[in-house]
Amino acid sequence: MPQLFDSQLHFKLYKEMLRIRIVENSIAEHYGEQEMRCPVHLSIGQEAAEAGACAALERRDYVLSGHRSHGHYLAKGGNLKAMMAEIYGKATGCAGGKGGSMHLVDIDAGFLGAAPIVGSTIPIAAGVAFASQMRDEDRVVMVFLGDGATETGVFYESVNFAALKNLPIVFLVENNFYSVYSPMDVRQKGDHRIIDIARAHGVEAHQADGNDLDLVYQISSKAVNKARAGGGPSLLEFITYRWREHCGHGYDNDIGYRTEAEFLSWKERDPVAAYERKLIARGLATQHEMDLMANELKQEAEEAIAYAKQGPWPELDTLSSQVYAN
Amino acid sequence: MNRQLKFFEAIREATDQAMERDPAVYIVGLGVPDPKGIFGTTLGLQEKYGTTRVQDMPLSENAMTGVALGSALVGMRPIITHQRVDFALVAMEQMVNQAAKWHYMFGGKAKVPMVVRMIIGRGWGQGPQHSQSLQAWFAHIPGLKVVMPTTAHDAKGLLAAAIEDNNPVVFIEHRWLHNISDEVPEEYYTVPLGSARVMREGNDVTIVGTSYMALEAVRAAERLRADDVSAEVIDLRTIRPWDVETVLGSVRKTGRLVVTDTASAAFGVSAEIVATVLECEFASMKTAPVRIALPDHPCPTSPALSNHYYPRADHIVRGVQRMMGIEPTTDMPAMTPHQKLDVPDPSFKGPF
Repeated sequence: MPQLFDSQLHFKLYKEMLRIRIVENSIAEHYGEQEMRCPVHLSIGQEAAEAGACAALERRDYVLSGHRSHGHYLAKGGNLKAMMAEIYGKATGCAGGKGGSMHLVDIDAGFLGAAPIVGSTIPIAAGVAFASQMRDEDRVVMVFLGDGATETGVFYESVNFAALKNLPIVFLVENNFYSVYSPMDVRQKGDHRIIDIARAHGVEAHQADGNDLDLVYQISSKAVNKARAGGGPSLLEFITYRWREHCGHGYDNDIGYRTEAEFLSWKERDPVAAYERKLIARGLATQHEMDLMANELKQEAEEAIAYAKQGPWPELDTLSSQVYAN
Repeated sequence: MNRQLKFFEAIREATDQAMERDPAVYIVGLGVPDPKGIFGTTLGLQEKYGTTRVQDMPLSENAMTGVALGSALVGMRPIITHQRVDFALVAMEQMVNQAAKWHYMFGGKAKVPMVVRMIIGRGWGQGPQHSQSLQAWFAHIPGLKVVMPTTAHDAKGLLAAAIEDNNPVVFIEHRWLHNISDEVPEEYYTVPLGSARVMREGNDVTIVGTSYMALEAVRAAERLRADDVSAEVIDLRTIRPWDVETVLGSVRKTGRLVVTDTASAAFGVSAEIVATVLECEFASMKTAPVRIALPDHPCPTSPALSNHYYPRADHIVRGVQRMMGIEPTTDMPAMTPHQKLDVPDPSFKGPF
């Protein structure tokens, strides 16, 4: 494990988080062109939880995710160009255009797949951890889920199984308070329900500020190290907030399910701005350095979008191919 | 005579040999290591392969199907069992949205080699929720394969092929076949998925049967000899992909088609076969096809009712007689007062 709070690590964490922000913003800027012809679920506002958690993993470890997976894919080291091309439906996409934004995959990077049926990748991740354990491999699995997924039956079933078998898995919950437009108070009772479920199954669980990058990294590292050492599963609930609409590139604070005031209060807790203030205050980076990095990342994102746009469409013969594996 | 083995023993032997050949194969299911061992099909496996490769499981069918899938993604070859197909329904999400789709939706990057064993049956008061035969549900989904062996020989070879296959395979066993013997080679072998088997050759009518109904079809073919009808019986063996060529070839010869399935006729496998044959071989048909399958309502529990629920050889014979304009020799249903229709007929013995 890298030394906590050395300056290089700080900068690496910051870069991963900022990269997600910049890529997602770039998608938002281009989405209106109507060339990305699939739903996108942007994670702007939630980047600290995603970057901080994935930074705790090794490349050989595995990640699975749900519908809002761009940040997890990128933070785990997924290929950016292949992701953009997939969103644009191109043959050069990570799934050859068959998956789109909701089905990212990069096996080499250990990002085994994402699927938008809420909760469904939780048991699949447990199965990957089960295989890792059966073969005595030194691999940890992290599965990303939201507050809504903790209401599904397979969540309970998977936590039970992970506890039963002491699986090397981290259930990483990004609690952003809304399942599409449905707030917590119509879906769940109590502020500690999610971690209480895990604890009731004998699984160590923590709830923490998901917009505090260093804290996310620290807590995630402990859980990952514990799993790797044979200590079994953990559940980490990081409280955060999605800035944009559930699906799409716009803002929807005016349609009546949440208030502009609530959004603005969370915007003040912007994980990226907070970390920039921290880096400057501690003398770990200058504004100029951060601006340079932002420019580089913006250029990288635009290059990926250009690559995606220029890529070829999938050949028609792939329409009915790959239904069955040879 | 070559070695005889019962169907359930053939399932066990295929599992045993597959596990011996490939350390990636493991089996998990409710009751797998219990004293009854899934109708005997898993007895002794835990003693031989240990508690890691032969596992019981929590009553979490959906999650455990996902667990099997996840392990398959990274190179394991899981077998998951359901003691009734009805219990597998809570795992439909993982089967249909996930297992069936992961290869396609990730552009071929993921493979899901897994076998899902499900048991169907009839009789003995199984009632509305222990008697369904839902092969059509699974066969409807591209990405899944569906296998229904009839004989012990094929049970072994098809299970071995299903385990070797790099896709999710639904393997459906009929309880009334479990205790029927057949010649089963001792060595490891596979029966290719997607190939039907001609059980009886004939010229006048083609009877396609699935699972247990293929045996009722053989019995019907024997009875039809009295009417000078030469029936060809095809055991479909695999529901998806099904052996279209063998069935079409037979219908080209006979011009008549009866399909008998363990499930409902409505929207079922028998409907699919009839539709395909009519689309491809309408000109060869001498008469309209006939389906002999379950009626369009749930299965009752009382034998007084369920005796009239499941089709038998008599129904197939009557269907053929009707399509050929032969006056029936007996009334339907041909039942004696003491006939027990809710237990397996001991006259089915094999070899086939």
